[in-house]
Amino acid sequence: MNLSKFFKNAFLVMLACLVLSACATKKVQNQMQGDVYTGTETVEYLASGVPDRVFFATNESVLTTASRDTLRKQAEWLRKNSKINVVLEGHADERGTREYNLALGERRANAAKDYLMTYGISANRISVISYGKERPVDSGSNPLAWSKNRRSVTVKAN
Amino acid sequence: MIKKIKLSIILLIIATAQSNALIEVDITRGNLDPLPIAVSPLSADKDTNEKLTTELKIDKVGHEISSVVENNLRNSGLFNPLNKDAFLQKPNIAHLKPRFEDWSLIKAQALITGKVTLKDEKLRVEFRLWDVLAGKEMMALAFTTVPSNWRRVGHIITDKVYERLTGEKGYFDTRIIYVAEEGPKTKRIKKLAIMDQDGSNTKYLTLGNELVLTPRFNPTNQMVTYLSYFRNLPRVYLLDIETGIQEVVGDFPGMTFAPRFSPDGKKIIMSFAMDGNSDIYTMNLENRIVERITNHPSIDTSPSYSPDGKYICFNSDRSGYQQIYVMKADGSKVKRISFGKGLYGTPVWSPRGDLIAFTKLHKGKFYIGVMRTDGTGERLLTENFYQEAPSWSPNGRVLIFYRETKTDSEGKGFSAKLWSIDLTGYNERMVKTESDASDPSWSSLLSN
Repeated sequence: MNLSKFFKNAFLVMLACLVLSACATKKVQNQMQGDVYTGTETVEYLASGVPDRVFFATNESVLTTASRDTLRKQAEWLRKNSKINVVLEGHADERGTREYNLALGERRANAAKDYLMTYGISANRISVISYGKERPVDSGSNPLAWSKNRRSVTVKAN
Repeated sequence: MIKKIKLSIILLIIATAQSNALIEVDITRGNLDPLPIAVSPLSADKDTNEKLTTELKIDKVGHEISSVVENNLRNSGLFNPLNKDAFLQKPNIAHLKPRFEDWSLIKAQALITGKVTLKDEKLRVEFRLWDVLAGKEMMALAFTTVPSNWRRVGHIITDKVYERLTGEKGYFDTRIIYVAEEGPKTKRIKKLAIMDQDGSNTKYLTLGNELVLTPRFNPTNQMVTYLSYFRNLPRVYLLDIETGIQEVVGDFPGMTFAPRFSPDGKKIIMSFAMDGNSDIYTMNLENRIVERITNHPSIDTSPSYSPDGKYICFNSDRSGYQQIYVMKADGSKVKRISFGKGLYGTPVWSPRGDLIAFTKLHKGKFYIGVMRTDGTGERLLTENFYQEAPSWSPNGRVLIFYRETKTDSEGKGFSAKLWSIDLTGYNERMVKTESDASDPSWSSLLSN
């Protein structure tokens, strides 16, 4: 009797665990596509509807469809606010050597800069700085944290 | 900024017994059987002790110097300094004529004795190295220096003993420059710091107002090159640690980073990022001439010269991912040398010329390893969650690098520490620092 009760309880606990872990996985999946962050938790806004940052896959500087969409919104906002200059801050996650990450952050910020330029923003309104892995937004050591940290952030310079 | 170290060591060879090879320590293998050595405290008369206690605020300078030696020997992994409680003979008598039976009774194979005297405000230290089993003196030297240099005397004694017993130059009278870290991971405060190789005499060279990274010693003098984010313009700087004077290197319209000196100390080699692409450049410090060494649409960074200055190893992702390449110093004959599984970074040429140390990332783990300069003979020395940036001891026998811990889901538990490991893969140990630390660079021997 006791034994069967034990098994019943154990079964319930196991079931609960499964449900919980499924939820956890789903949550992460909702915030990442491949290993590119698609969530909004860390995103700030330059103006209403104009997100300030784009995210990258590991070791990549290719802009995703979502990133291009964000950058077009930024370009439109910059065209309307022609006196505003911006700094593009390129970042990498902590899973790389410091020096390579500096180069990678530079490459990511420049990918964003090139895209803004093709949408009519003059190069002399945009400056670029790479922080490599020096300024993470999320200090966790897990794939979701790393995905938030692989980013280029557009910051008002004036 | 840092007081100029004036060390006028007068090296007096008292009586170097040119004995045939006695004890030898093999440093080419992992030493699982370190040589038992007795480091007798250096003797000092009462008068000397009293004067030094007032001047240096340390009791028993002879004991202190012998502790420095003992600690160095132990950390080398090659020696096993014996417990002083077991010593039967008094330091002053042992220094004159050791009773070898007493020392062999406690299983010592080698014995260091010495004597400290203070004369005309100068510290005179003499020491002898004895082969206990053969019952012979192996070496006898004396140094004269200012009393405040007493720790350096301990390091120099260790270098001499190490050299006599292993046949190779030591690495104890050296310093480490590194980045001292504090604060949360998302807002780390970083300062340049310098310390003796054993973790003593830490001094901070910047205040932490701007981000600083990757300091490296000039192998020929006390200059340092590093990356600073001063005024939010990441550029390579040159710092004279004796005067504290610093200047930006070259006039580049974008980020310069990953600097290192050429082996003759006359050039800085570094990356310069232009329109998102990083290539390798050099600047001659004498005539300020800038030369472009690589010209490729991939990332080229982490350059490091061979000790003869004829070749450069560097990190590039021209194959798609980070790999190690070697080229001639003029940028010609580029050849990939890393072909193992995973990504390779931070190549750094051994001062002995035969090996390149590197960081490798494979399946979520970071390794410090070495390979021959043609890429063969890859050997991984240590595996961890995160570690990188090896720097060679000046004799090419030890690597120092930094290691970071994994944080939990709330981002807590982060730390960064310096570690060292022998080329053999043995003797891995944490190097003491006052705070968290990263990006270590090992100086050349300060004296010879």
